[in-house]
Amino acid sequence: MRGELAAARSPGAAADTMLPAAYLVTHRSAETADTATLRLAPAGAALPAFRPGQFTMLCRPGIGEVAISVSGDPSAGDGSLTQTIRDVGAVSGALYRARPGDLIGVRGPFGTSWDMDPARGDDLLIVGGGVGLAPLRPVLLGALARRADYRRVILIAGARGPAEFLFRGQLSDWAAMPGLAVELTIDRAAAGWDGTVGFVTEPLGRLTLDVARTSAFLCGPEIMMRLCARILMSRGIMADRIQVSLERNMKCGVGLCGHCQLGPLLLCRHGPVLSWAQAAPLLAVREL
Amino acid sequence: MTSAEQERSDLLAGFAPFARLSPAQRARVAAMARPVSYPEGTRLFDEGQDAKGCWLIQTGQVALQSEVPGRGSVTVHTLGPGDMLGWSWLVPPHHWHFTASAHTPVSAIAVDTAALRALADGDPALGYPLLLGILEAALARLQSTRWRLLDLYGSPHAR
Repeated sequence: MRGELAAARSPGAAADTMLPAAYLVTHRSAETADTATLRLAPAGAALPAFRPGQFTMLCRPGIGEVAISVSGDPSAGDGSLTQTIRDVGAVSGALYRARPGDLIGVRGPFGTSWDMDPARGDDLLIVGGGVGLAPLRPVLLGALARRADYRRVILIAGARGPAEFLFRGQLSDWAAMPGLAVELTIDRAAAGWDGTVGFVTEPLGRLTLDVARTSAFLCGPEIMMRLCARILMSRGIMADRIQVSLERNMKCGVGLCGHCQLGPLLLCRHGPVLSWAQAAPLLAVREL
Repeated sequence: MTSAEQERSDLLAGFAPFARLSPAQRARVAAMARPVSYPEGTRLFDEGQDAKGCWLIQTGQVALQSEVPGRGSVTVHTLGPGDMLGWSWLVPPHHWHFTASAHTPVSAIAVDTAALRALADGDPALGYPLLLGILEAALARLQSTRWRLLDLYGSPHAR
């Protein structure tokens, strides 16, 4: 496997987005019963730096390739990639089971990124549900690294139960951090849970918002994003101040194959991050 | 109307059950309301007790809980600022279905629901918009519960 991937990274091939670069798994942390975060270091030349919200195509040679959002710190600057993978199929399962020392093929980073510029000087509202928290983590880490650029920074995270939050250790640290408001809410009643019980729309609906000066970043199941966007718009936030990350069947990553088409968009290139103004009419069409 | 009642009347407008009432109608309800606060851990009511009173939460959180054999006291829903706690006074059998505890320190407006029900019974022009407002709040909570039932974050393998 190492030979196959190393060959793919021959000089001159680095710019070829269709060839995977070899990355070494340097650390694995189990997030939940079916989700793990891998830290990857380039075995050769590093891929270009990612922007928050972008994804890569990760492959286990001989098994396949899937699109996975980058969940790491955008300011790391060491060429490493941090990616959070849920075991939902053959390829993602093989990636989830990767261990330190394993080689993984990586293409990318691809797609659009969260646009944090409109939020500068304003309130930053991040709402993540389930594994949807992973692509939002770079937004939060980026905001914390430049905390003075924003007024309030608010994170609302939802999960099925207490053991199903991603980044649990870090969530505790964030909750204790001044200048960051964190609300965790679970769907299912659980003994011993000290946080909120309710769908993410509920703490969202209770927030005091400065609607003209709030930018919202939403990621999670599509229904969740739709409901959250609906609440935010009913509160007076404009659709172009709400961003969402959509998921379709990304294959090539560069807008050639068309597998990830959503109406006029190819989500691997025009997405995955879209403004709600772009996404809402497309998501309203059944089977689009 | 005292200035305190005027303030409470204005506060009522921010809660869905009272948002449809006219200022004059809200003022009548405000006369039945009083500010309350509870330290964390206070039980506001217990499952099975006669249902009397409702609370309009201003700050803090209230946990609705049920005692589940083998699991202890389980929180099924958490209410917060802007929410109304307590509907069972409105419909038979007028018993609480869950236990309510202050999850954090809570400040709220407590309403005398015996007086409120008498007021609504005697004045349908007030009772109807009041019921519509309560229905709106109840529907929002029902929808939220339905979304939770969808198990949106669950593993595709488990569905």
